[in-house]
Amino acid sequence: MELSNVEESSSVLNLESVTVILGGEKVVNSISLSVESGEWLSIIGPNGSGKSSLLRAIAGLVSSTGNIIFDSIDLSQLAPKQRAQTISIVPQIPVVPPRVKVLDYILLGRTPYLGRGFQPTKEDLTYVLSVVENLDLENVVERYVTEMSGGERQRVIIARALVQQPKILLLDEPTTALDLGHQQEVLELVDKQRQDLGLTVISAFHDLTLASQYGTSMALLVDGVVTNSGIASEVITEDSLKDIYGAKVSIYRDGETLSVVPKRQEGPRTKLE
Amino acid sequence: MNKDSDKEGIVPAQLTPTLVVGAFLILLCSILLSLLFGPVSIRPDRIFLEIFGRIPGISIDSGLSKIEAAIVWDVRFPRIVLGLIVGGLLAMAGASYQGVFRNPLADPYLLGVAAGAGLGATVAIVSGASNGSGMFDALPIAAFLGSAIAVGITLAVGGAVGRSTSTASLLLAGVAVASLFTAIQTYIQQRESATLRQVYSWILGRLSTSGWDEVILILPYALLSVTVMFVMRGALDVLAVGEEEALSLGIRPQRVRWVVIAAASLASASAVAVSGLIAFVGIIVPHAVRLVVGASNRVVVPLSFLIGAAFLMLTDLLARTLQSPAELPIGVVTAFFGAPFFLFVLRRRSDGVI
Repeated sequence: MELSNVEESSSVLNLESVTVILGGEKVVNSISLSVESGEWLSIIGPNGSGKSSLLRAIAGLVSSTGNIIFDSIDLSQLAPKQRAQTISIVPQIPVVPPRVKVLDYILLGRTPYLGRGFQPTKEDLTYVLSVVENLDLENVVERYVTEMSGGERQRVIIARALVQQPKILLLDEPTTALDLGHQQEVLELVDKQRQDLGLTVISAFHDLTLASQYGTSMALLVDGVVTNSGIASEVITEDSLKDIYGAKVSIYRDGETLSVVPKRQEGPRTKLE
Repeated sequence: MNKDSDKEGIVPAQLTPTLVVGAFLILLCSILLSLLFGPVSIRPDRIFLEIFGRIPGISIDSGLSKIEAAIVWDVRFPRIVLGLIVGGLLAMAGASYQGVFRNPLADPYLLGVAAGAGLGATVAIVSGASNGSGMFDALPIAAFLGSAIAVGITLAVGGAVGRSTSTASLLLAGVAVASLFTAIQTYIQQRESATLRQVYSWILGRLSTSGWDEVILILPYALLSVTVMFVMRGALDVLAVGEEEALSLGIRPQRVRWVVIAAASLASASAVAVSGLIAFVGIIVPHAVRLVVGASNRVVVPLSFLIGAAFLMLTDLLARTLQSPAELPIGVVTAFFGAPFFLFVLRRRSDGVI
């Protein structure tokens, strides 16, 4: 279902030779990528390939060279406040402060819209409550974030990112530590928001199957360089995974989606004598 | 979208009128009690009338003698106001430090304020620049300068403004600076042992006043630091999710940290300059407030000022009446009565989480 209004969705996120240097090492090495507005780009790659650093560079949380241009604005030129109105990020391991209630936590997402005294207005609260309702969090707003289970907590953190009213939503391995049901629940939720609000989503993934199921396009990162990008079936192949992950897999295609199934080297399990 | 009518119950953490009025009532009661009682016994009912008589448009003869009226207005009242300011400053600074460092054990003396003030005061006493009273007593100014210098060194070395992304270096710098200043102070003190008692009594803290001099001396700094801490309290709630996430939410964490630390240090230095080292208020009051109203700095920081003010006034009342005409060091009283009270509050909380 390709968008019919391609002409008017002119806003494109363009990364032009983005480089991040951490501790003298180029963890992101001159990456150029382009994401159309409303698309979902899944970034995959082995541990330490630079997925998180790339996301943090786009969010302006680490300094980078090169250009990150959205809607013909160079994002690195924006003040943190303006940038936070355009991009929000769901970190892989968010800091959850003790004794903060869900409502207050989600309200933090309104920070980029507050005045000097950082006091949320009635409009801020109304907006937060509409997102709370949308994400089915009404029953938990009075609870502490630290008391929540993994799936609920992830929805709360996504809610905080959504009330920033971003145009680009960055997710850093959003399904780590969630069971299968909650993985799907969280990703479906993000996908619904993407379609309803026209969000551009960039997400780092550990799970290749999920990455291919939800991403409208994919990029494979190895040692800070994009080695493969495009649609899932081009990026995820038995050969690319064997070379890069050192993994032996079978890939099953079912229409447009693929499943990546690891294969054991030694054959079937044997009982210990 | 417009459904806030059926969602009246859902309110974010904020300074509600109920909380503010409640805290003000506690403060007013403390002021009243402190006016009514003191080492010189004056009939409380007459003091009541005297206070009412001061309300514009009401004229009552309270029956107080000239001397008794002077004791109420020129001795007790300035001391109450000083206690209010000092207690409020220490508690508010403590709450702000705890927010900035995201550490419940941070106290207003963390970055060298106490050691610096101690050295300044010792130098003033030893050099004879402090004659014990009066507007031109050098002690408060020396103590203030001492803490300002100590905190200045801590911030310069610990790099609050620089690229440092953790507060650990700042805390370590504070520990080192405090040790250095304390060492110098102890050395001077040992060489001039005749002044030991005077220095020691200053260190234990006291709220003795000579009229309004001390209040006037610290009022400008108090107003400035309280205003800054009040405005920045919301930013502290954002900082609670860590530096990187705070940046992703659109604030500049380094700048917030720098501004709040500067304001809180100014507040503690002003308080210490006129009252010595009153322990305990800066840690216990914010925690007591937090246990009652929750963790949001939006609420805790301003309420800490009001409750800290009331707390110090009441402990000062005890300090000057328990053994009258002798005075107990107020730092001893704050700890002696504050600690059990705090344990009581802590025990009553079901979750016990700070």
